[in-house]
This record gives sequence, C-alpha cells and structure tokens, in this order.
Amino acid sequence: MMDAGRHPRIKLLAYSEIVSVSGYVGNFSVRVRKKARYVDESACTACGDCAKVCPIVVPNEFEVGLGSRKAIYIPFPQAVPSAYVIDHANCLGDVPIACGKCRDICEIKCIDFDQQDQIINLDVGAIIVATGLDVYDPSALDEYGYTRHENVVTSLEFERLIDAGGPTGGHLIRPSDRKPPKRIGFIQCVGSRTLSGNGDPSASSGQRLSRGRPYCSNICCMNTVKDSLLLKDHYPDTDISVFYMDIRAFGKGFEDLYRRSKEAGVKYIRGLPGEVVEDPVSGNLLLTVDNTTQGRVEQHELDMVVLSIGLVPSEDQAHIKKLLTLSQTDEGFLLESHPKLKPVDTPTRGVYLAGCAEGPKDIKDSVTQASAAAARAQIVLNSDKLKVEAITACVDREVCTGCGLCAKVCPYSAILADSKTKMIAQVLEAKCAGCGACSAECRFDAITMRHFSDAALTAQIDAALAENPENKIVTFACNWCSYAGADYAGVSRMQYPPNARIIRTMCSGRIDEDFILRAFQLGAPVVLVSGCHYADCHYINANRWTQKRVDRLWDRLERKGIRPERLQLEWISAAEGAKFATVMREAERIRQGVTPEEIELTRRVLAEEG
Amino acid sequence: MTEDLRIGVFVCECGHNIAGTVDCEAVRAHASTLPDVVVAQRNRYTCSDPGQQQIKQAIAAHNLNRIVVAACTPRLHEPTFRACLAQAGLNSYLLDMANIREQCAWVHQSDPVGATRKAMDAVTMAVARARHLNAQKEIEMPVARAALVIGGGIAGIQASLDLADAGHQVYLVEKQPSIGGKMAQLDKTFPTMDCSI
Repeated sequence: MMDAGRHPRIKLLAYSEIVSVSGYVGNFSVRVRKKARYVDESACTACGDCAKVCPIVVPNEFEVGLGSRKAIYIPFPQAVPSAYVIDHANCLGDVPIACGKCRDICEIKCIDFDQQDQIINLDVGAIIVATGLDVYDPSALDEYGYTRHENVVTSLEFERLIDAGGPTGGHLIRPSDRKPPKRIGFIQCVGSRTLSGNGDPSASSGQRLSRGRPYCSNICCMNTVKDSLLLKDHYPDTDISVFYMDIRAFGKGFEDLYRRSKEAGVKYIRGLPGEVVEDPVSGNLLLTVDNTTQGRVEQHELDMVVLSIGLVPSEDQAHIKKLLTLSQTDEGFLLESHPKLKPVDTPTRGVYLAGCAEGPKDIKDSVTQASAAAARAQIVLNSDKLKVEAITACVDREVCTGCGLCAKVCPYSAILADSKTKMIAQVLEAKCAGCGACSAECRFDAITMRHFSDAALTAQIDAALAENPENKIVTFACNWCSYAGADYAGVSRMQYPPNARIIRTMCSGRIDEDFILRAFQLGAPVVLVSGCHYADCHYINANRWTQKRVDRLWDRLERKGIRPERLQLEWISAAEGAKFATVMREAERIRQGVTPEEIELTRRVLAEEG
Repeated sequence: MTEDLRIGVFVCECGHNIAGTVDCEAVRAHASTLPDVVVAQRNRYTCSDPGQQQIKQAIAAHNLNRIVVAACTPRLHEPTFRACLAQAGLNSYLLDMANIREQCAWVHQSDPVGATRKAMDAVTMAVARARHLNAQKEIEMPVARAALVIGGGIAGIQASLDLADAGHQVYLVEKQPSIGGKMAQLDKTFPTMDCSI
C-alpha cells in the first residue's frame, strides 16, 4: 500500500469515481470525479487533532460497525493517502454557530469546507479493472440468527475482533457481555454453494440470491483454518469446532495448515447446523447439527458462532461493466475472454481483469492475476502502433439510407448514425471488432465486412450446394465458440455423420437471413446456425441478434409452409465438442426426414418470392 | 475484379492424420479442376518449413494471387500461412483455409468415402471464397502510454506497481478515501499467517 502511495509513476486518485469512458484500445478517454475531501490531502499530517474535537460519533465502516469514528476521520491508521476526510453526510458544517471545531484546531490549516468535487480527464492506453468484492450478508438466513443473536458474528467481524488494530485491541471478546469466548464454532459455506431458492424454481432472482450463491467462494475454508490457528495461538484453551460440508484445502501450503489446525485440537465436524438457538439468559448458542460422519444428530453449546461468509460481486461493478461494455457470468462476476487461455482479457480490447472482480480468489491468486493483467496491458502500452485485424465493417455511402439500424445492433457503439437526420452511417474502425451484426442487419446491403463479405459467404453457400444439395447440412459456425467446439470434437475424435458443410464467420450475428434463405432455395434440406452461449458471446451480445433473426425466420418459414425444424439454432461453446457431435447427429436425423418433394416445394416457394 | 485470378491449392496430408482417412490425392485432383486454380499440390506437412517453402515457390513460379490451404483448422495455422504469404510478397488476407482435419478426417474416421467427399466440398468452398477475397490493409493506431487501474485493493495495487515499475504512468482510482480494499480489514492472512497491511 505504501509503495503504491509513494511511487513516482503512480498517481493515486483516492475517494474518486469513474464518470465516463470513451475511445478504444490504446486511446481511452476517461473522466474521473475526485470527490471533495474537505481536507487538503497533501498538507494533512494525520495528527488527529481534528477528530479529537469533532462532536459527531458514527459507526466505523472499517470496523464493520464494531467501533466508532468521528465525522472527520481517517479510515484506518495505515491509510494511504494518509489524510483525514470529512464525512459530509454527518458533519455539522462550518457555520460557526453549528460547529467548525476541526478547522479551528487544525494547526496547519488544511481543512477547507469550500473544497469542490473535481473532474479529471485522463488519456490512457489500457485499463485494468480490479473492483474487488463485497461480502455476503447472512441476515437472510434465519436459521443462523445473525443480527438476532448478538454472539453470532461474520468472519469479517471476527477479523476485526482479533486484530490488534481493531476496536478491542486484539483482545477477543464476544459482543453480548464482552467476555472472552471459550467455545467457538465456525459455520462454513454461509452464502456459498447454495442451491438457488431452496430448489424453488418460482423464486425470484433476488430471493434466490439472498439465501446464497451457487458457487464456492474459494477462500472461506482456509480463512477459517487460519482463524482457528490464530485462536489456538492467542488462546490455547479455546475449544474450537468447525462445521463444514467439505474442506477445500487445495492450494500450496494449504493442506499443511489444515493439518496443523487439526493437530492443534480444532474439531472438524462434517455437517452444517440446521439451527442456532440463543439462550436468552447466558447469551450462549445452541447448535443442532447432523454430524454426517458419525451419522447422528448432535447438539453443541457454544459461546460464540462465526459465520464463514462467502464473497459476492462488488456493487460498483455493474457501473464499470456498463462503462467498459464488459460481460458478466451468471454469477455476476466479470467475464474473461477465455476461461483457460485468456483469463485476464475481456471482450473489450485493452481492458483487463484482476482480482475478485473476475471471481472469488485469495490474495496470492489476486496478486498473480494482477501481475498477469499488468503484463497483458504492457503489450498494448509498449506498442508504438496497434494493428487492427482487417475484418472491420465498411459502409457503402452510395447505398446507405441513414436508417440507423446498424448503429442499433452494434455492441461496441462503433457506428455513428442518426435515424432522425438520416446521416450516412460511419464506422469507427478502431472500435469495430468485426462481428458483422451490422452487415447482417442492414436491409440495403450497404455494409461490407472486409474479410467476410456477402459475396464470399454466398459463394461458399453456392459451392457447398452445387452438387447433391439434398445430402448437405449447411452449418454456420462462429469462430470463437461453435467452430472451436467443432474443432474440439475433432481433437477428441468424436465421430458424427459427414454431411455438414461448415461455414465460419467471426460471430453468429453475421448470419444474414438472406444466407439462410439462399441455402434453402438451393435445395439445402437443413440449415444449422450455431454460436456462443448467450453470456459467452465474444462480441458482447451480438448473438442476441442471431436469436432474433432466427426467430423471425422461423415464423416466416412457417407461414410459407416450410417446416421451421429445418432451420436449427444451437449454442455450442468451444469446450462442447460432444455437444457439437450430438447436434450433428440430430441435424442428420432431421435431414433424413426431409423428402425430395419438400425440398422442391421449398425451392418453388422461395423462387416465387424472388 | 480487374486482375486475373490465379489460385494455388495446397492439400496437407498431415502425416497420417488427414491422409489416414481422406484420399488426399483425390482431393488434390479435384482441386485442380476448379475454376481459376492454376496449381494444386499435395504436401506431407504443409505447415513445416519445406511445406511453406513449396507454397512460396509456387507463388513465384505460377504468379499466384490467391492461396487455399486444405489442412487443419484456421484457428491453429491461419497465422502461420498468413505470414508465409507475406514473406512471399502476397497480401496475407488472400488466404483461405479448408479445415479437412479437425472437422473432417478426425471425425469421420470410419467413413473414408464420406470424409473425402466432405474434404472435396471444403476445398470447393474455400476456392469459391478465395475468388472473392481482397487484399486488406490493417489500420494502425497510436497508443496513449498510460494505464488506468480501477480499484485499489490488493489486485489493483499490485497491477499498478507492476506497470509503474515497468516505466508506465499509472492512474489508480479508488472509490474509498484509502486504498487497501477488503484485504486491509483482515488481521492475518493464509497460508503464511502474516499481517495484511
């Protein structure tokens, strides 16, 4: 922390928020709001005289409410920058009749009630998103009684209670009577690895998430092992029980720590308590747990219970996600470009992920990922010039009518158009990623993809169906997922019928309805459109347009008496070789059901339409 | 299109990987009958140095201006062959690949006839596409030599330090009045049991 604060090449903008981001890789323009601190950050010596005279006392966020602070405060003693800040919402203000005590006592006169928020403009070539995490709030879990029972605390609260710098000076006491607890229980997986909505499919997503998240939070097992060792070190007589479903001690040195904890006498009991009841007189807690190793229901009386809470995506992340056009997983963490091979890249070139923004992880993994993200960012920063693959969109100015549809479907806002003024569409080539959604959407064929032109794709369809079209399954596959999935089927030697004729595009969003109709008109019995799963689209959400177009075509085919089943849409990831093979077998089954008469009728119907 | 199309097709056997299932000679012979194909050759390993040398020699000898390589997936070797074209003085976008390994030979091992027919179609399709390919110029953009790091927790701090130590200007933006993030709230940290600050 200190190193970052004093590094000559790091400009620290604390108490600041990103307002907007525009531009593209190598050339991002960022606006940052530096909020008024009402204290001159560079002059403040953190002497603390101001806080001594401040009459306002509020809960201290850093101590998770277990301690208090003043309205003028330093977040914690080692804060960087080492400067006080006025909590505007709670401060009485500087009107002499109201207060102004801090300003009067400050010797170096660094308190300025007239300070304003500042807008700072930055030009940067690369961005690293390290927005971190929040912790799960267990108050929704009635059975554990958090907030109802004073001596049930979260693992984060426990950290503050045992920290020498914490509100108790590191002397562990329990909240109800401030006595040292002798019997402590840890409950694992609180808010993690939870089946959504208790299996109730009708539960809303809010209800489902309040009871916990489906994923493993990665750090809680080891955090509890660490806490148990800390306790055994500070208070060897403490009786410690850990209630768990699995202990995941997978990292380097983890198993050793776990073993030491068991050797120190910590009891690991396999089973999560069904209920925590408080004795109203003693404040002690009675846990009922199904010990699955012993096969019996047990009761444990404890002085204090620590809920080992999971990690959840940070609240601020949604804002950053929107500003940088990033994607997120179903679990709410930011989505990397590829789970194995590009784990710190994002779909937006020049933006990289580090730490828990990408998924729950411990300090070592966060540091590792941060170094990886920094190294990836340097590939951009060290380039004199950046080259963009020449697969971008070009607008034919003669043909464009200025309808603006292309701009609407562009996931990157790379097209300038205005349907009101009928402005001719203009592609910002550096922002264009080449998905081709605009080209497929344009009703006037005014947009050409530079390396995946209509002419080239049409020629492929024609060539595929030149001979014996009745045997062929015209298959469109996107470069990143379904084409890669087909490759993976090959690498795994998964066998399927040889009828598919595969046409690669960068994105399934490139597939123009005309391509599909042309294939049917040329006698294709079955056409398959395949792309990335919704959340995995490498062009943010261009494949949503694929779905819309196919939906539209299904209706249209049905109206014309062409069986919609002959047009298949499948989402196949790069890892789903087996699914690709299954889809191929299914498509072949459908193909065998298409009669020559049906194909001929389709040709005729489509030819009549022109 | 003003220039005459002169297409070269190179069918890779990939040792036994492709040739074990697909009749590569039949595919080559089929390729030589396709419109605008001037030369069609068969290689043991097209991606190897001798294989690439053969492409370069053919480009020079036959004045080729479009290249089709029927081999593995373009996701693997398209960059290889693009570089090969560039070295031979051809624009690297004048290349197309027919995937006759991952999406053909390897998935139809028990059906050599079907696989060979599919490989022929793949080459026909690639040649058809190649006839519509144009030389492309990659645009170049300048780079602002500074980085923005959003979030001053352990990950943001580490990323900032690495970038700054490597000589880059870094702007580290943190929403809270201090950096440190959640980690600063922890007492000791596993597995080393040392202090977090």
